[in-house]
Amino acid sequence: MKFTGTAHRYGRDVDTDVIIPARYLNTSDPVELGKHCMEDLDAGFVGKVEAGDILVAEENFGCGSSREHAPISIKAAGVSVVIAKSFARIFYRNAINTGLPIMEAPDAVDGISDGDKVTVDADTGLITNETAGVSYQAQPFPPFIKDIIEGGGLVESLKAKA
Amino acid sequence: MTRAMTITEKILAAHAGLDSVEPGQLVNCKLDIVLANDVTAPISIKEFAKIGVEKVWDPSRIALVPDHYTPNKDIKSAEQAKMVRDFAREQDISHYYEIGCMGVEHALLPERGVVVAGDVIIGADSHTCTYGALGAFATGVGSTDAAAGMATGEAWFKVPASIKFNVTGELGPWVSGKDIILHIIGMIGVDGALYQSMEFTGDTIERLGMDDRFTICNMAIEAGGKNGIIAVDDTARAYLTGRAEREWVEYASDADAEYAAVYDIDAADIVPTVAWPHLPSNTRPVAESREVVVDQVVIGSCTNGRIEDLRIAAKVLKGRTVHPGVRLIVIPATQAIYRQAMNEGLFDIFLDANAAVSTPTCGPCLGGHMGVLAAGERALATTNRNFVGRMGDPKSEVYLGSPAVAAATAVAGHIALPDDLT
Repeated sequence: MKFTGTAHRYGRDVDTDVIIPARYLNTSDPVELGKHCMEDLDAGFVGKVEAGDILVAEENFGCGSSREHAPISIKAAGVSVVIAKSFARIFYRNAINTGLPIMEAPDAVDGISDGDKVTVDADTGLITNETAGVSYQAQPFPPFIKDIIEGGGLVESLKAKA
Repeated sequence: MTRAMTITEKILAAHAGLDSVEPGQLVNCKLDIVLANDVTAPISIKEFAKIGVEKVWDPSRIALVPDHYTPNKDIKSAEQAKMVRDFAREQDISHYYEIGCMGVEHALLPERGVVVAGDVIIGADSHTCTYGALGAFATGVGSTDAAAGMATGEAWFKVPASIKFNVTGELGPWVSGKDIILHIIGMIGVDGALYQSMEFTGDTIERLGMDDRFTICNMAIEAGGKNGIIAVDDTARAYLTGRAEREWVEYASDADAEYAAVYDIDAADIVPTVAWPHLPSNTRPVAESREVVVDQVVIGSCTNGRIEDLRIAAKVLKGRTVHPGVRLIVIPATQAIYRQAMNEGLFDIFLDANAAVSTPTCGPCLGGHMGVLAAGERALATTNRNFVGRMGDPKSEVYLGSPAVAAATAVAGHIALPDDLT
């Protein structure tokens, strides 16, 4: 899978309460959740994000609540992939399970500015900042997790086993 | 001979059917309990339906607790709660707790003996790590992991490295489990234990009652921890006895087990602490926070809504009234705690102090209902998170503290210690 889009860059400790505030958790409808993505961190996010765009953040992205509504909301808002220096562990699992591609790539995060055009090859882990003309190599997933992703998420891989 | 292991490694190895495991290893574990609530279970139920099995793996090992937006906050919340109720009936889930029997999940399940020492537990709620206080491996997951657990009774884990927090010595006056964990989070940061196990040891921890231990393990996630854990001792045994609905298994770390880091903490260095907005790691002593004027105080939640928390609050509030500029909301975490607080006369103290006492709910902790903040308002809460917008408007603020500090703050109108009150 290859994605190209505009980078939207944020800092460290982006928590799930700002990704999708709890006041919207009385539904699990992806369309509804997508409308409020990142609302409490950047109220203008949903207005500016375009399908295929890339979310870039520093350490501990997705910390806090276990709400799967967070990756669902990011995906529904049109984001193709999240690149961060590190991910909080529940968010990491949830992203894999819900089919939201994520990349752990501290160097790439340091080399990407807000608004840069970025291309991500999720299969090879190669991240290219097209604006700056620089490429970075992301940490590959362990094979066990790659199998889940390639199987189409956790539920799909369970179905395959059944 | 197998390698020396930590308590967490031993529990995971036993549930994976292996003699030993080591950090970084991916293992598939048998689960003892799978938990979800009214916010996370609806997605689990939808995902469960996609897996293509008709029945859950074991209806006696799944716990569904409608506690976040219940009693139903609005029509959408009512629809979510109904979905969970219908699924529980259809699947004969034995650990479904209706309004009137329910409580905040992480107070309720230990109280009812549903989670016991030696268990591997996943819960679609990040504070599932609370049960580590009983010597269990318990960790938060998302709804899809919970759905897979409901269908198969298994889950995969990467064995975490462990960090040991060895706390020794006497705690000062008004210093509680909440202050210990806030002190630790302030020290290592909100990702200081990312992907790792937090093991709490030392004579200070050994002298703590279960309620303080639950508070400490509850907030392991606020340091990014995969789980928090305390080995079983006589205090835990006394708690489990008479309430555990299954036989429990006790594990303990080997003396020569390997740790990624060991922190030796002198209890005398821990002072009454509050976390300022907007991260639990943004800690400062209460003594340096007295200028903070508050509009609301919340005493409750899976962190600090247990009987000992309410007793401490009542001790501070007895014979006093809440500052006229403050709204105090007290939320016993379960029906049993509610009844006990009532029988001990704590409600009279709260009501005489002009506090509102609520039926159990997570409510205000996540800005759900029962105490949502307006823009510009500030709360001191015994809860676990103070992220932007956590308790309401994104321009509101939450400070985290212990029940003693919360009660004193409610009376003083600004962040305070009980000893500040006249």
